[in-house]
Amino acid sequence: MKILVCIKQVPQKDAPLKLNEAGTWIREDISYEVNEPDAYALEEALRQKEKHGGEVVVVTAGPARSQQVLREALAKGADRAIHLIDDSFVTMDAVSTAHAIAAAMEGETFDMVFTGLQSDDYGFAQTGVLLAEILGWPHATIIIGIEKTETGVRLKRELEAGHYQFMDMPLPCLLTIQSGINKLRYATLIGIKQAKNKPVKQLTLADVQSKLGTNLQKIERLYVPVKQKKTEMLQGTPGEIAKKLVDKLRNEARVI
Amino acid sequence: MADTILVLVEQQQAKLNRVSFETIAAAQAIAKDTGWQVEIAVVGSGIEAIAQELAAKKASKVYAIESPQLAVYTSDAYVYVLKEFLAGKQPKLVLMPHTYQVRDFAPSLALALGKTVIPDAIGYKYENGKLLFTRQMFQGKFAADVSFADSGNLWMATFQNAAFRGDQAEAGTAPIETINVTVPDGVVRVQAHEIFKEAKQAVDLSQSEVIVAVGRGIKEQKNLAMAEELAKLLGGDIAASRPICDSGWLPLDRQIGSSGQTIAPKLYIGLGISGAIQHIVGMKGSRTIIAINKDAEAPIFEIADVGVVANLFDIVPPLMEEIKKAKAGA
Repeated sequence: MKILVCIKQVPQKDAPLKLNEAGTWIREDISYEVNEPDAYALEEALRQKEKHGGEVVVVTAGPARSQQVLREALAKGADRAIHLIDDSFVTMDAVSTAHAIAAAMEGETFDMVFTGLQSDDYGFAQTGVLLAEILGWPHATIIIGIEKTETGVRLKRELEAGHYQFMDMPLPCLLTIQSGINKLRYATLIGIKQAKNKPVKQLTLADVQSKLGTNLQKIERLYVPVKQKKTEMLQGTPGEIAKKLVDKLRNEARVI
Repeated sequence: MADTILVLVEQQQAKLNRVSFETIAAAQAIAKDTGWQVEIAVVGSGIEAIAQELAAKKASKVYAIESPQLAVYTSDAYVYVLKEFLAGKQPKLVLMPHTYQVRDFAPSLALALGKTVIPDAIGYKYENGKLLFTRQMFQGKFAADVSFADSGNLWMATFQNAAFRGDQAEAGTAPIETINVTVPDGVVRVQAHEIFKEAKQAVDLSQSEVIVAVGRGIKEQKNLAMAEELAKLLGGDIAASRPICDSGWLPLDRQIGSSGQTIAPKLYIGLGISGAIQHIVGMKGSRTIIAINKDAEAPIFEIADVGVVANLFDIVPPLMEEIKKAKAGA
């Protein structure tokens, strides 16, 4: 089983985000980490490889800093990496990003492509589905179980409100993976060492440019959301705050 | 003729998803601002009753796109029939609810038509003749106003659950046009099996009057005991955001949010919950929302009635002492 996993570097969960001066994007001087759903996608690919053999390749599209998430994936057990490297990938729309990844796959034959179900920055939840359409492959989204069968894979899809569905799908196919499908592993020391010698292929924007279109949607402005509700912020020492909270519990929520 | 907003509603197993009315309300609101007309389409098999229900809303037309091959949803069949339908009708704007099903096929459909979808919008703005969709970014820490870069037809957007009120969809009478379609062999490449629910949920959090919900800020599984004690003191139940259940610290049936349970208790206390969109949609109906989080920028404070920016481990122990005192006094 040869699996490509698409991963993305996003701002760290508790990174203090600030708008840039133009109000079009965030200031980039912050810490980054791998998009959490992508970490589950990688873990699932590694588990499939451990069961059925094969190869796990990771790909990301992002600036030089995003090589970090590829290194981490290699340390966890991925065999090699592809880095679509350019600053412009940060503000590229999902369609162009999917085209870039499709271009990076040229000359290779994968059985499956995994992505996380969405990213923590844009939250488009589209890149995987679009990539499947570009490749002409069947796809399924929000997957929480994958079993290899005679003819392909049997998938368990998560639906809303506690519903599920099984689905049979031929290979090759693209799956977007739900967080929590498995337990994430940590990189081992030996894994981190080995990662240093694993190949990372770099592709520039120029290498894939001819496959990309122009952005079909445009962020006109980015801003701190307008508050929907008036929030009373409590201040003081922990003891004082506790007293104020009890007052709220008694007089507003009326639960004590 | 005026431009058209086509609302693509969602049905499963010939039952209309009620979120569809929210999308109709959104389309009617946009139509008022732009002067465009609203049409509605439903895809499936045995959808006559649904079409009639939709025809009681204010719209110019209801299309029932019908085929026995559409009885079970597959992305392949939906993209096939809708591509042909939309390419023929050329509406200016296609609106859909941001459901799991729409997320599964809408990007493919848009790409097959050479178009794009602005997903998961929470509202729209019509400014100087320009239509903008507002969506959350960076897990709700920012909002963005997004426009379509091309001026052609077939703009597509999806609206987040509860972005509009379904009960505000205006009533009217619309003519129904049934369109019978066939899906050729080989189009559907997957075999989708029946939809099912796993063994009945052990806890029904929707009945709880008090919910103490924990998020990543709880740090370690052993710290759950403290949250459980607080819930018990208040006669409530413990719940969690998705990452806590993903880590296996609490069972999945304790999860609040789009993939878990929806709650509307008298009191919700969020401990170390940042308030990702997926969690908020499951709890924003709570009557009083108290949030304790060390990050002052956490989106949960956008919807909280009472907020405390602090380390939850500094606040919860004295809080429990004060509750005990208050209960002893009362």
